[in-house]
Amino acid sequence: MAPEIVDARGRWCPEPVLLTRRALDSLTGDQLTVLVDAVAARENVSRMARNAGWSVMVEEIDGGYCLTLTRPS
Amino acid sequence: MVLTGAVIGTLAAWLVHFGNPKNMGICVACFIRDIAGAIGLHQASVVQYIRPEIPGFILGAFIIALTNREFRPFGGSSPLTRFFLGTLVMVGALVFLGCPLRMILRLAGGDFNALLGIAGFTSGIAGGTYFLRQGFTLGRSYRQPTVNGYLLPLAAVGLITFLILQPSFIAFSEKGPGAAHAPLLIALSAGLLVGILAQRSRICLAGGLRDLILIRDPHLVIGFLSIFAFALVFNLALGNFGPAGFAGQPIAHNDGLWNFLGMALAGLGSVLLGGCPLRQTILAGEGNTDSAVTFLGMLTGAALAHNFGLAASPAGVPASGKIAVVVGLVVTIGIAFASISRVATTAKKGAMSVGA
Repeated sequence: MAPEIVDARGRWCPEPVLLTRRALDSLTGDQLTVLVDAVAARENVSRMARNAGWSVMVEEIDGGYCLTLTRPS
Repeated sequence: MVLTGAVIGTLAAWLVHFGNPKNMGICVACFIRDIAGAIGLHQASVVQYIRPEIPGFILGAFIIALTNREFRPFGGSSPLTRFFLGTLVMVGALVFLGCPLRMILRLAGGDFNALLGIAGFTSGIAGGTYFLRQGFTLGRSYRQPTVNGYLLPLAAVGLITFLILQPSFIAFSEKGPGAAHAPLLIALSAGLLVGILAQRSRICLAGGLRDLILIRDPHLVIGFLSIFAFALVFNLALGNFGPAGFAGQPIAHNDGLWNFLGMALAGLGSVLLGGCPLRQTILAGEGNTDSAVTFLGMLTGAALAHNFGLAASPAGVPASGKIAVVVGLVVTIGIAFASISRVATTAKKGAMSVGA
């Protein structure tokens, strides 16, 4: 199955968090990739996901961050 | 977050001690209003002064963002809509007589009218979260040429220069709240420090309640509580507190309904904008040109509020101010609804182009 991606680049907070939250609620797989470009968005999405029990891996990409959220096992 | 709140609360109490108006150690709305008066955008002679705290916020956030490589000139997320929302947030705040930050400081100074403001602000935010849940968005932003991010910090330097040189075209109040101010260096240093900490912590008065309601995250609201606790302690220690009550509070009126509705407008507008007036000012320093436009909208709102006689005073809320708040709420809700439907179409188009 193709990895599911939320592209929240260019979105001012709180939109990246809301987009991610919505995607997590309807996610069928175990992994979600979130693209953000602001540090504040990276922190906010990470905090929300970790609070919900998901593990978060952050990778710096060109002009932003790629967050990999993995469902709690 | 606790530290940022603690520093803001403590500094606010000390700034009053050093000469800022009572319960107004720091108020983003009031200070922008004073700046609007100083540069001649309105002629209310009691509220004209270049408050160095505001350029301090912008420059503090700008310097720390540059240092941490978080300075990013971005913009293009409905700047015109943001301008008007900023204008309306300011009208709401000036009917209450304070931004969300001063609302907390007023309570911490024994002004119970702030409780109605907090109730209104919370209602406005709760209303705003409804629109966020429905998919409200002002659209995405894009990278801007770097110079865009430097302009507002440059304007902040210009304001400080005017304050030091005091050229004849800048107006300074001789009496009233505008004449009450802490010494320049103290106020500017406090502004810079708050700017730096607020940038690092992302503290936001509207965001605190929003996240609590929307995603049950207390992270930001802790800053809110911390400001209150520390301002209260230092107000008591420095003798700034009270007498507590509703009547005769400093630079406040006790018309409960309009305290409530004014802050409801400020809260709703702030949620749609993604942050309270303080947060917008900080973001503007980081290179967020949408927030810089919002800041200019707030400056315009402050000028109009006094030119049209909308702003409240200790005597109460003028009829025109009440009409403005109602119109402001209607327009803001209208913008909120309109920005939901627009999203639906954009999303559909997006899905098609992905499929193609």
